[in-house]
Amino acid sequence: MRNHFPLWKNSLISLILVLAAVYALPNFFGEDPSVQLSPLRGALLDQNLVATAEKSLTAVGLTPKAVELSDKRLLIRFEDTDAQLKASDTLGATFEGRYTVALNLAPATPDWLRRIGAGPMYLGLDLRGGVHFMMQVDMDAAIKQAEERYAEDIRTLLRDSKIHYGSVDRNNHVIQIKFQDANTLGQAESTLKREVRGLVFDEDGTTLNGRMSDTEAREIRRLAVAQNVTTLRNRVNELGVAEPVIQQQGDDRIVVQLPGVQDTARAKEILGATATLEFRMVDADHPTPTDETKTPIGSKLYKDRQGRPVLLQRKIIVTGDQIIDASSGLEQQSGSAAVFITLNGPGARKMADTTKENINKSMAVVYIENKNETKEVGGKKVTTKRTVEEVINIATIRDRFSKRFQISGLDGTDEARNLSLLLRSGALAAPVDIVEERTVGPSLGKENIAQGVRSFEIGFLLVALVVLFYYKVFGIVANITLLFNVALILAILSAMQATLTLPGIAGITLTVGMAVDANVLIYERIKEEIRNGASPQGAIYAGFDRAFATIWDSHVTNLIAAVMLFGIGSGPVKGFAVTLTIGIITSLFTAVSCTRMMVNFIYGQKRAAKLWI
Amino acid sequence: MSANTVTQRHYAIDFMKWRGTAVVASLALSVIAIGSLTIKGLNFAVDFTGGTVIEAGYQHPADLNAIRSDLEAAGFSNPTVQNFGTTKDVLIRLAPLKRGEKGMEMRTQVMDALNKNVEDRPDIKRVEFVGPQVGDDLVEGSLIALLASTVFILIYVAWRFEYRFALGAILATLHDITVIVGLFSVFQLDFDLTVLAAVLTIMGYSLNDTIVVFDRVRENFRKIRRADTLEIINQSINETLSRTLMTSFLTFLTAMAMAIWGGEVLRNFGIALVIGIFVGTYSSIYVATALAYKLGVSRADLLVPEKEGAEDGRP
Repeated sequence: MRNHFPLWKNSLISLILVLAAVYALPNFFGEDPSVQLSPLRGALLDQNLVATAEKSLTAVGLTPKAVELSDKRLLIRFEDTDAQLKASDTLGATFEGRYTVALNLAPATPDWLRRIGAGPMYLGLDLRGGVHFMMQVDMDAAIKQAEERYAEDIRTLLRDSKIHYGSVDRNNHVIQIKFQDANTLGQAESTLKREVRGLVFDEDGTTLNGRMSDTEAREIRRLAVAQNVTTLRNRVNELGVAEPVIQQQGDDRIVVQLPGVQDTARAKEILGATATLEFRMVDADHPTPTDETKTPIGSKLYKDRQGRPVLLQRKIIVTGDQIIDASSGLEQQSGSAAVFITLNGPGARKMADTTKENINKSMAVVYIENKNETKEVGGKKVTTKRTVEEVINIATIRDRFSKRFQISGLDGTDEARNLSLLLRSGALAAPVDIVEERTVGPSLGKENIAQGVRSFEIGFLLVALVVLFYYKVFGIVANITLLFNVALILAILSAMQATLTLPGIAGITLTVGMAVDANVLIYERIKEEIRNGASPQGAIYAGFDRAFATIWDSHVTNLIAAVMLFGIGSGPVKGFAVTLTIGIITSLFTAVSCTRMMVNFIYGQKRAAKLWI
Repeated sequence: MSANTVTQRHYAIDFMKWRGTAVVASLALSVIAIGSLTIKGLNFAVDFTGGTVIEAGYQHPADLNAIRSDLEAAGFSNPTVQNFGTTKDVLIRLAPLKRGEKGMEMRTQVMDALNKNVEDRPDIKRVEFVGPQVGDDLVEGSLIALLASTVFILIYVAWRFEYRFALGAILATLHDITVIVGLFSVFQLDFDLTVLAAVLTIMGYSLNDTIVVFDRVRENFRKIRRADTLEIINQSINETLSRTLMTSFLTFLTAMAMAIWGGEVLRNFGIALVIGIFVGTYSSIYVATALAYKLGVSRADLLVPEKEGAEDGRP
């Protein structure tokens, strides 16, 4: 019998279809309004936390639907959003400073599905509401900062090596070092070539020109983005958003997506703040003046966190971007709280030089933040730009130190932790600006889902009716195949943990129209064979066989266009390209396997059946 | 030509008889499209031009003039303020930023201007802000994507069939794209990112149709030894006609569903697809095959026995 698949083939196809159905299933269970707790530095996720959380919820009369502890977070599910919001307030107060409390919509996937690793697709921002920012890192500024750092390093190095130089200037990406004669220049060149990596030097009369090497410039650009990503991640954590996306896009852009966030003003304030750190020596030679006009030359008046005036030297020892790492912990000898800091090479050298000469003097850490603040004044929202400069710590230098050192004598572990956080997330390597923003309100998100799903349902129904009416029994087969095709797309998207967007839904809808094409091709061929006088079995065989080359060619050309869509994709269009691409591949599979299997099952055993087509 | 000897025909409709008319029609359509694109241009959405779109919902019917003057007072030149669906919903469009202006500050100023009206502060449903650089990058990326898919498809079709078929297929596809984009220009519909996605989809779709016809032409060239080229083409189009119409109709149904029920975002996407399906169906019947014929495709070009050739002996 020619229209018969071997058992293994039938079993394999059936297995794939069953798996597709099962893994597509989680998308139909909806979501639970939940609250999630993620630990800040050092806080523990354990049964104690669960107990404390449950106790504080019971105290305000809330009963969670479920409490789930994982190694990253504690998730508490509720029946409705009212309970969720109330719980968020309560837990926020209970765990302030130790855990971030965020609202979340956790998928309500049943246990047995979760146990086999099945989960729903993520919903894109256009479907669930939220903010999408695209930020551009100012690379020119990053390079300029780096060049300034190099110029400063060169000055220090030449001074230390007792080589006299006229001037060190930055001019159009060239660091020009002027000398009196060729002899000193030669001396300096050999020293600089040995000590300063990343610069390429060439002579021009008595001037030595230093240029950043290509690899160095690339490295600085890479670091500028990487550091910004880290800093943004820290700040987003501060916002308490569940499942934020922060990722690099292209060479100099960062995408930040905050699902569910509505207060974009606050999000921007926190994301957009640029902060830097500076280490400066305390000016102990002069009395601290009461106002700025009496500040001695070479010094600057600051205030500490309590608002007390502090006089610091203008000369900066190290800036925040030279800090590689900062962590809080306990000092070994005294057991008091301390912050451990690691500097990069140039920073370490400068720190060593400064501390060598200033033992038993005080050094201060200044935190500088540029913020946009929005306030309501008389019913109006007013935004002001503000630079906050404050001394966050003053410590006495006990010994000469360079790369690794610690700041001790802090007021406790909390202060140590805060200071280390500030030190780490403090410095954005290069300024960023928002170049794209898309905000979708939650109601619009719901509307988008409803419309997307409705247009899919109507489209599918219309196609199913026409196919059924036109191809009869074969129409039923085609419709079942179409259903499995959609299930297969959903299953693959879910397994990939892909994000479903509105254009993504459009892609699935359109795939229905295109997937049915494979069936149409086969059926029309079968009809033709019957008209040409073939037996029913022969017609089925030839129909599938001859249509295959056509199906293959048409799918491949379609696929080429779909894959090219990735090239232009910002978020939503990528979603469309993904579903379309997957849809084309699954339709190729279902048409030749699933349709054939069912047709074989219905007609394969009968010798002279009449085909209802 | 044998097309005149009716008794010998193996097909119902003599498509190729009308190919002269089709050429004129296609040329006319393309000229209108290109003319409109040159004179009127496309109504590019913020995705491409950069700029800001804000959808705001008020509690009471909104005073569009007041919103406009508030925005102008805040320094935005020529803001477009329109009702959107209902009198309470407002769509605001602002010109793209000039280079050097900061996106962050702009947004704050807009919000301040909109919040001036204390009694009825709007509920911001959607904000889309696209910086000029992002828009430029998108245009560049789109053109590269169009070009790349054209080249790849050309190569694939030339490899699977013959270069004359490939040229016919690609020209037919470019014809479709020109007509769709041209219609968007004639009616000044919003041309946004999703419409561009639809255009690329149509590219694949229209080719799909063309390939099916070509496939049959190739098969018939190998099977029927004695008919002439024009007759083979006619017969092939006729044989694949029911499939072409059926698939086009089914895809049309899904595209229509999106245009009508898909809401604001999917509407133009659906419309582009609907236009594309019509034009694509027509062009794969007429433009692609007529071009391949004109370029002188003949049996000899396709007779090299390939894998598919071996199947001819089967029942």
